[in-house]
Amino acid sequence: MNLDTLVSVQNLSRFYGNFCAVKDISFEVKRGQILGFLGPNGAGKTTTMQIITGTLAPSIGQISVAGYDLLDYPKLAKAGIGYLPEQPPLYQEMLVEEYLRFCAKLHLIQRSAINKAVNRVMEQCGLIAVSKRLIANLSKGYQQRVGIAQAIIHSPSVVILDEPTIGLDPIQIREIRDLIRHLGEEHSVILSTHILPEVQAVCNHVQIINHGELIFNDTISGLFSQIQSTHLQIALHRPPAISVLQQIQDVEEVEVQDNHHFRIRHVADKNPAEMLVERAVAGHWGLYELIPEHRSLEQVFVELTGADEIPPSAPFSKGEINQVTLTEGIDNNTLTKKITVEAT
Amino acid sequence: MWMIATRELRSLFLSPLGWSILGAVQILFGWFFVWLVYFFVRPDVQASLASDPNAPGLTAMVVASLFDWIGIVLLLVTPLLTMRLISEERRNNTLPLLLSAPLSMTSIILGKFLGVMGFFLILVAMLMLMPLSLLLGGNLDFGQLASGLLGIILFLGALSALGLYISTLTAQPTVAAISTFAAFLLLWMFDWAESAGEQSSVLGYLAITKHYQPLLKGLFSSTDVVYYVLFIVLFLILSIQRLDANRLQ
Repeated sequence: MNLDTLVSVQNLSRFYGNFCAVKDISFEVKRGQILGFLGPNGAGKTTTMQIITGTLAPSIGQISVAGYDLLDYPKLAKAGIGYLPEQPPLYQEMLVEEYLRFCAKLHLIQRSAINKAVNRVMEQCGLIAVSKRLIANLSKGYQQRVGIAQAIIHSPSVVILDEPTIGLDPIQIREIRDLIRHLGEEHSVILSTHILPEVQAVCNHVQIINHGELIFNDTISGLFSQIQSTHLQIALHRPPAISVLQQIQDVEEVEVQDNHHFRIRHVADKNPAEMLVERAVAGHWGLYELIPEHRSLEQVFVELTGADEIPPSAPFSKGEINQVTLTEGIDNNTLTKKITVEAT
Repeated sequence: MWMIATRELRSLFLSPLGWSILGAVQILFGWFFVWLVYFFVRPDVQASLASDPNAPGLTAMVVASLFDWIGIVLLLVTPLLTMRLISEERRNNTLPLLLSAPLSMTSIILGKFLGVMGFFLILVAMLMLMPLSLLLGGNLDFGQLASGLLGIILFLGALSALGLYISTLTAQPTVAAISTFAAFLLLWMFDWAESAGEQSSVLGYLAITKHYQPLLKGLFSSTDVVYYVLFIVLFLILSIQRLDANRLQ
């Protein structure tokens, strides 16, 4: 096995009774990767993470961490993992420092090195000020930090964080993201989340999982190439007839949003923006807005997860997203009219 | 293993539970001990003892009955101590911390068991001070004292192992406590069943309270010791299995 592959998951499946939570997933995580693990609620993210950390046994499949098979050498494999579950595993009745000391011992850090390790993580996670406080009395953000400190205290080669920024305020989120980026320099990080901008902000690899199946596995730039859209938003003071706009080269469809705003769909790979500007200047249309539309990660996500299959309770339902795109850039009281080429 | 035991023990003393149990038990048995000693030195009791050639000594009368009662009272107290062991970890979502650490299930369970046993040792050591104080004015049969001590520790070990197992079954400490109470009472009632008639002798043999009585009398029988050791080992293995099965569901 490649030394740089820190986590390898092969043909992993997991059943809860008859329900299949994770279906035949295989992937690898290499040193220095920050892998964003994305998926709607109930997609199998947490299950996969629990299996990698050994808190849940796989029904089928093989997992190895830092070259050690999790089933054959559980202790060696687990020694390479730092895990922050969805709920930080904190003993409420302990002091922060005392708790971290206990975690250090749990992870078999040598007695002489414990002090150093505890001080290092307290500094990294900004816990020095609260080191003598009872965990029960800390705010959610600080508890989350203690949870992260616990996961990195033994300098594991793989850090697994299950929704680490949930319930934090924006400043704390930024600090935690910085910390994660920093961790990615020396460890591998697997980060589960359903917040897409978070992936954009910290990850260099993305995996999307839905209904227990891995449907996307690429670098972050691979994901961004999916984001390119074929729409332009324009606003004109003196718009010409719709048919004039439609006749511009590479334009496929024009959508009227109100008297001044139009949404233009163009042929993929070709951008009619230049031509449009020339025509606008020549025709005194009074062009004052030209915005190339980027598909949001949400849209890519919906597309990849196959929105039709998403149950109504899922957070990213198709109807919701469509509504967002249609109402983009228009007043609340104007009605959206959609005119297709065929209609004219 | 030891760090889990130490943490368990410390958390007992960080909460009022540990202290209140220690305090309550100490007051209870302090009073009871005084009453026993008072009874022993009563002139009429002394007189009847003096006239009886097979009269029980100080150790048999005071220490044995004290230990007998310690057993019964701790049978009622143990569920309160064992209920939280695994079920609270599960309820507070701290179990993943232990499961994802490089530890075997065996060391988690043994750590928990030793933690509770550590607490019991402290408790029993404090109660031991009472009979030892008799040395100020009399002699003790140290053989009987040691065998009684062994009996009570084995008995508490068996109770803790069963309590620990029941605690692995649920995420609700209260449910664990109630079920443990029920199990203990049942095992205790087997003892009464035997006194009712001969036919229930198998049940009577299973009675958890029965096997330390001979030890309290200073009668060291390997059957009784083996009974407790097997009992402890059985429930510790079951707990380990249960915790492991948890991952498989």
